[in-house]
Amino acid sequence: MFETAVIVETVVKAVIVVAVVAAMAGFATFIERKVLAFMQRRLGPMHVGPYGLLQLAADGIKLFTKEDIIPQNAIKPIFMIAPVVAATSAFVAMAAVPYFPEFTLFGYTIHPIISDINVALLYVMGVASVGIYGPLLAGMSSANKWSLLGAARAVVQMLSFEVVSGLSILAPIMLIGSLSLIDINDYQSGGISNWLIWKQPLAFVLFAIAGFMETNRAPFDTVEFEAEVVAGYATEYSGMRWGLFFIGEYANMITISVLVSIIFMGGYAPLGFIPGAVMMLLKVSFWIFLFLWVRAAWPHVRPDQLMWVCWKVMMPLAVVNILITGFVLI
Amino acid sequence: MTLNDFKKRDCSGDYIFFEGEKKSENGWEAFQRVMKRTLKGELFVGLWVVLREMIRFDIHTLKYPAEKMEMGPRYRAIHRLLRLFESGSERCIGCGLCEKICIAKCIRMETRIDEKSRKEVSEYSINFGRCIFCGYCAEVCPELAIVHGVEYENASEQRAHFGLKEDMLTPLDTFRAKEQKEFSGFGALSDHADETVKQTPLAY
Repeated sequence: MFETAVIVETVVKAVIVVAVVAAMAGFATFIERKVLAFMQRRLGPMHVGPYGLLQLAADGIKLFTKEDIIPQNAIKPIFMIAPVVAATSAFVAMAAVPYFPEFTLFGYTIHPIISDINVALLYVMGVASVGIYGPLLAGMSSANKWSLLGAARAVVQMLSFEVVSGLSILAPIMLIGSLSLIDINDYQSGGISNWLIWKQPLAFVLFAIAGFMETNRAPFDTVEFEAEVVAGYATEYSGMRWGLFFIGEYANMITISVLVSIIFMGGYAPLGFIPGAVMMLLKVSFWIFLFLWVRAAWPHVRPDQLMWVCWKVMMPLAVVNILITGFVLI
Repeated sequence: MTLNDFKKRDCSGDYIFFEGEKKSENGWEAFQRVMKRTLKGELFVGLWVVLREMIRFDIHTLKYPAEKMEMGPRYRAIHRLLRLFESGSERCIGCGLCEKICIAKCIRMETRIDEKSRKEVSEYSINFGRCIFCGYCAEVCPELAIVHGVEYENASEQRAHFGLKEDMLTPLDTFRAKEQKEFSGFGALSDHADETVKQTPLAY
């Protein structure tokens, strides 16, 4: 009986997370267009619905009804499965991420996390790395040189930033002594001064930069930078398969935002009169906004610059950070 | 300033030549450059600039079909043929100067002597496939009869649309409603033209 309840609860949670995050990802595209437009003194989408709010629906209809083209020389099964890999890995990563403090609904305590596993952080990072198979498979199966270049860049980028994100996250883990995101969150409860961002500023900066690389966002979007590789790995994709890549990217953005908020910025600990859930929403919104803000403001880097900064600057800094943390702990 | 100052073509003394950023010679200098760039905070200037524009909300979008840009009087779009304000008859006297000066050779007019033995323009057309909108015709016209309008939406089913006399001439009902605007653009009299007019000396 108890097990059935757990299974039902988990399934319901998973469905809710997927539905809400997919909707948020769609809405984030709208917000992105609006914010970018405002920063460039434009209005953005205005014609579909009030203030262009229904542009989302219009885009959705367009994506769903578009012809699903598979190039003649593409390797068909891989070409078809690649976007699914990208989207699923983005969503699967969310299984171990807590979103809100636990609350009681109809006398039933709900933990807003699908599965509180003790290696949550490792799991999230691992699954996010699997996400690189999406671009890689897509690029290699497309029979298109832009796609191939995009895939090569994706791998180069992943080899560079994975080291940094892994090493930078190590120092906070040494402080806390647990990989569970709930433990990490609880470690920082009790006010802004307890946030890990003050104890580990360097790890915070490094992890944030690695997060931007992981999501292929603005300064590091070498994988799909239009001016250099057309659309990178997604050049040959159209319709809903392309849409899956898109949803995956935005879901990744949300995951990274939640991760940074939990690991470094106190997570869902309440602050004064502001309840924890609202704090979490505020932090995640700020991070999503930061992704868009940076895209509006900063130029791209070249792939070689990206590798240079990862291997020659950020990785040594992360190692030094771990060393210092270790000495302080001893 | 003397004539020599104008004739002096060599202005190299005023140029400031930018050599570009100095190449770092050794590892230490390269390291210093990286540190300087990292700690300069220029990235935050960029962030601030876009955020400032967002907060100011000074939107420059023109929602085109709903809003239209007001064109300046000197804008040179499709031509108009104007009427005299007093009588409503055409201003064009058929002198043919516009036809003569047109460098694209796109103006064509036919004149005849009417029953009152006055010169009358029977046909007047501009080939807008060739017109380069240079404005010479409006400038040369002694009667301010042909002027440039401000209509820039020139999509039509036929290339010949807009270019015939009846397309360009102010329609009579528009004229009677006193909606014909005096042309203030190319070749028009300036606002203080009356003040600058002098009587022709009798000595001529």
